Amino acid sequence: MARYGMAIDTTKCVGCMDCVVACKTENNVPEGLNRDWIQTIVNGEFPNLTMEIRSERCNHCTNAPCVSCCPTGASHYHDGGIVLVHHDLCTGCKACVASCPYDARFINPEGYADKCTFCVHRVEEGKDPACVSVCPTYCMTLGDLDDPNSEISKLVKSKNNHTNLPEAGTIPNIYYLIGDNND
Amino acid sequence: MIEITNTRMNHLIDPSLHIWGWEISVYLFAGGMVAGMMIILGFFFFKGREKEVDCVCSILPFLSIIVLSLGMFALFLDLEYKLHVFRFYTTFIITSPMSWGSWILILVYPVLALSVLLKLPKIISKLFPKIEKISAQLKSNRKLVKSVGVFNMILGASLGIYTGVLLSTFQARPLWNSPILALLFLVSGLSVAAALVHMISKSVYERELLAKADNAFLITELFIIILFVIGMVTSVKIHQDAITLFLGGPYTAVFWIFVVLMGIVIPLIIQSLAVSHKVKHTPLAPIFVMIGGLILRFVIVNAGQYSSWY
Ligand code: SF4
Ligand code: SF4
Repeated sequence: MARYGMAIDTTKCVGCMDCVVACKTENNVPEGLNRDWIQTIVNGEFPNLTMEIRSERCNHCTNAPCVSCCPTGASHYHDGGIVLVHHDLCTGCKACVASCPYDARFINPEGYADKCTFCVHRVEEGKDPACVSVCPTYCMTLGDLDDPNSEISKLVKSKNNHTNLPEAGTIPNIYYLIGDNND
Repeated sequence: MIEITNTRMNHLIDPSLHIWGWEISVYLFAGGMVAGMMIILGFFFFKGREKEVDCVCSILPFLSIIVLSLGMFALFLDLEYKLHVFRFYTTFIITSPMSWGSWILILVYPVLALSVLLKLPKIISKLFPKIEKISAQLKSNRKLVKSVGVFNMILGASLGIYTGVLLSTFQARPLWNSPILALLFLVSGLSVAAALVHMISKSVYERELLAKADNAFLITELFIIILFVIGMVTSVKIHQDAITLFLGGPYTAVFWIFVVLMGIVIPLIIQSLAVSHKVKHTPLAPIFVMIGGLILRFVIVNAGQYSSWY
């Protein structure tokens, strides 16, 4: 069984927000809400500044608090570790929204908890998620982290990287690449 | 220096979480108060006080059912997918405090209904002699009354603890993420319930007893709050940042003035004077305790959502 994850090369991302628009179009995300977004982090004192631009979304955590706290089983691990919500089981109690340290979830106006699905409907057809497929800098890669020969495994191995808030203990599966290992 | 900019502006999520409003605070307050009432009721049943004419046991179960139902209605109002409310009861998720809570709430009702039968209010006894007969029969079984007392105490404690655990297990919200919250909510529920009984009981013995008990609960609550603050201040950075909300941050005044001073310290002074017969028992202190308990839930629910890892 695959364990899906994503590698996002922050040295390539220019923050053009194509991924954000693609996601909204592909998944009919309601107006004013986003399943993915751009975070820009500027660090240091002028003129010695570093900047990391990254496309963020649900981390499809391996130890996902949103799944464990859901009282109805609506939030669940799908095949490949993709964290999804069964709309017909969701009560809109918002426990999962409160439980996500990344604030990756929101409530869809129809009443259920909503977030990135890694475009599971496309992935299961062998396609890339919408965000990955439109990125003009090819900075995103989705793949199987458990397969040492997958492109994502090679990227994570060969590049310096970090995950988002690993100290939260959620075991996030999105890796932000920050340069070659021999940099 | 780090400067973070984010293009996300999701409704009720950004710039800070605000998914739970008054409904959840009222629900937690009602749950805590019912928990306290059940513990007091259970204790009285265990002690055989239902035999006394003026025992508050004839009011508490009814009142608990009403307050709990109001609380559950508030929770229902908070659900975004109301038609799916039954989904809470088509499964049990062992890792989910909310699932535990849903099932505890369901167990509470039959125990409260049985408690109503054990000490019928006079008006019901008069109007429905058949029910009175059943009640008399049940009451004559001392073992049963004691068991109902024990069940009330166990379920009451579970309910009170649950209202705190519900929040404290959210590690994503540092202010909530303290196991002390469970104790705080349990003791606060007890103090609110004791204040209520102190106010409504017709028995002088019960009023005195509950005023004394309430003083003990209020002192304990004060200690728990101090421990909660110390625990946060001496913890890791995100907890230190979270507690600044009460130590100079936007919730400082409301927490220390309304929750601690008005809800705990002032009623404690008044009630201490009342139990030592220096002043008369008045509803003032109990009302302060109850308002303080309600504001505590509002402050914790709101400030907790304000606190985050970022
Ligand atoms: S990022 Fe948040 S919503 Fe996504 S799996 Fe992790 S905890 Fe759940
Ligand atoms: S909002 Fe829905 S998915 Fe989230 S915890 Fe509640 S029932 Fe589960």
